[in-house]
Amino acid sequence: MMKPMREVGIVGYGAYIPCYRISAAEISRVWKMGEDTLHLDEKAVPGMDEDTTTIAIEAARNALRKAQLDAEKLGAIWVGSESKPYSVKPTATIVAQAVGATPHTSAADWEFACKAGTEAMQAAFGYVGSGMADYAMAIGADTAQGRPGDQLEYTAGAGGAAFIIGPGEESMAYLEGSHSYVSDTPDFFRRPSQQYPTHGSRFTGEPAYFTHSFMAVRCLMDELGYGPEDYDKVVFHQPNSKFPVRLAKRLGFVREQFDDGLLVSFIGNAYAASSPLGLAAILDKADVGERILLASFGSGAGSDAFSFVTTDLITTGRNPLPTVSQYVNRRQEIDYARYTRHRGKLSMS
Amino acid sequence: MGRVYVIGSGQTPVGEHWDRSARDLAVASILDAMQGAGIPEADAIYVGNALGGELTGQEHVAALIADFAGLDGIEALRVEAAGASGGAAVRMGYLAVTSGLKDIVIVTGVEKMSDLAGPAVEEALVTAADEEYEAIHGLSLVALNALLMRRYMYEHGLERRDFAHFPVNAHRNASNNEHAMFRRPITVDQYENARLVADPIGLLDPAPAADGAATIILCSEKVAGTKPDSAVEIIASAVATDAIALHDRQNPLFLQGTYESARRAYAQAGIGPDDIGVYEPHDAFSIMAALSLEACGFASEGQGVRLAMDGEITLEGRIPICTMGGLKGRGYPVGASGVYQIVELVQQLRGDAGANQVDSRLGMAQSMGGSGATTVTHILKSLH
Repeated sequence: MMKPMREVGIVGYGAYIPCYRISAAEISRVWKMGEDTLHLDEKAVPGMDEDTTTIAIEAARNALRKAQLDAEKLGAIWVGSESKPYSVKPTATIVAQAVGATPHTSAADWEFACKAGTEAMQAAFGYVGSGMADYAMAIGADTAQGRPGDQLEYTAGAGGAAFIIGPGEESMAYLEGSHSYVSDTPDFFRRPSQQYPTHGSRFTGEPAYFTHSFMAVRCLMDELGYGPEDYDKVVFHQPNSKFPVRLAKRLGFVREQFDDGLLVSFIGNAYAASSPLGLAAILDKADVGERILLASFGSGAGSDAFSFVTTDLITTGRNPLPTVSQYVNRRQEIDYARYTRHRGKLSMS
Repeated sequence: MGRVYVIGSGQTPVGEHWDRSARDLAVASILDAMQGAGIPEADAIYVGNALGGELTGQEHVAALIADFAGLDGIEALRVEAAGASGGAAVRMGYLAVTSGLKDIVIVTGVEKMSDLAGPAVEEALVTAADEEYEAIHGLSLVALNALLMRRYMYEHGLERRDFAHFPVNAHRNASNNEHAMFRRPITVDQYENARLVADPIGLLDPAPAADGAATIILCSEKVAGTKPDSAVEIIASAVATDAIALHDRQNPLFLQGTYESARRAYAQAGIGPDDIGVYEPHDAFSIMAALSLEACGFASEGQGVRLAMDGEITLEGRIPICTMGGLKGRGYPVGASGVYQIVELVQQLRGDAGANQVDSRLGMAQSMGGSGATTVTHILKSLH
């Protein structure tokens, strides 16, 4: 189990979800004559001027306002994404400059498919825990692309969540411990020259998602000496509406524990923002003294599991910023034609 | 010609073996069978494998498997006949022993299908059809069977739901087979409500692609005599073919090749369909199971589905089929299925079928390639 010598936690967090939505039924209308098989209602679609950078900036600004923190105090800004606008040029410096954290700060982009955001969180806990900085921001943000007509097109959504990690005594939720579990499992990947990722179909299930998520959680809970009943809320990576529910049940959790964090039916799979947004949604509604489990999953493959406990600041720090729920409900439906334009799927040359 | 016996068998569970390759699976089943039969070496090995090249980039599998099983220098050949590859390998083993040239022969069926994702597997499977006249137009094996099922429904006044009894029976039996891929029963309602794959074929109709390997040890009468308790005799072995393309069949709704293969087998054994106590058909699709029952004389033309509706295909029925799950419930690693069928018949005839035990001395297995172009039939008899 990993835990810094200094008490650390989440001093502030922020979310952002684009307002456009396309329904699974609409995608199905174009590709499958109306047969929908993935039990998803709709997914979030970025606007034409939105990308991972703009989404990360919105989430970061919300996090700083919630933490009521001066951006110059951030010692690091780290962005985890698999849809960063540049292969070479960090998104993080754009975000850092936009929120006023530059120049005396660390900044970098992280990649581990859908768990890039929680990788950044894991490192931020270490950074702050070691005393190298008092505050570090970890962001998970994505505008994932789905290959037209592919199964994943139904679920590839968009969104971002930012977490400011700081001293335990200033935290809304402090860290009890974490565990990372990885292996070389190529269930889903994209080469630099490919526009869309390749996925291993059923191979992405048991050997990838379930094995790694389960093991990270199991190891963490064993190390902390907790059982499923010790958690008030749990949130997992949400590639579709079935996997996280099946995982929860396998680990012994019940619906009341995972419902608050389950967003996939409304916004799709936000990739590196998926479980982080779920955590933000849970924190929006959490009471004082609640124990929360977060377990992400990233293809390639691995899972980061974290155990948090909320403090008084979770309610007193609840200033009137947009909640995840408000972003989810702020929606404008578009059709497939408009969606292809938004997502740049039409070849204009 | 000499008599041929099965004196040992081995099988891996059928499923998605993400961490095991075709050679791993084959070797495991071979060592299992040899150990069980108390046979330290053999005179030949025939390997049934349909899609090694297409699905794993590996041809020349018999030599490969012989090498990794430690069968140094042995005669090893691969046999291919699409879905009938396993049955065809059994046929080759049978010929080797009955001819008097070999005393002990290993027959292994193996297929590794989980290295590629869905559409690539469909593309590989359709190599069993006519490439120039069927596959090139986009027809898949599922589509070809859907055409047959649709026509059959029209000609015999049936609903989709009526076919449910085949998968329902298969799953029921598979739930008692520890090697089966599917261990949960399904209902008629679930069958009817499952989403369509190729109208009228729904998701719960086709047998699942899977990984698996099964092995039997064949031997001559001389060797069988040393193991009287475990020997089961193969009293008939017959192969027949039919036009490969559906549109070239005399009557697509009558499996002429299956009929002929069964007829030759019955003649060799000196029996008829009424004598068969257990039947393992090639139930890749429920329509194939129905048409097979008709071609073998277990039901008259157009009555195959009605036989299932009347409950006659269950363990308690007149002609129990898929007694350990069949292709649908146990799973369908293509080239291995024909050997799994023999392994399961041997279990039945030795009285080792547990909760699925049928009281019978004669069992019949049929392995089919494509939409019925190759049919291999074997009839086995217990010695007790």
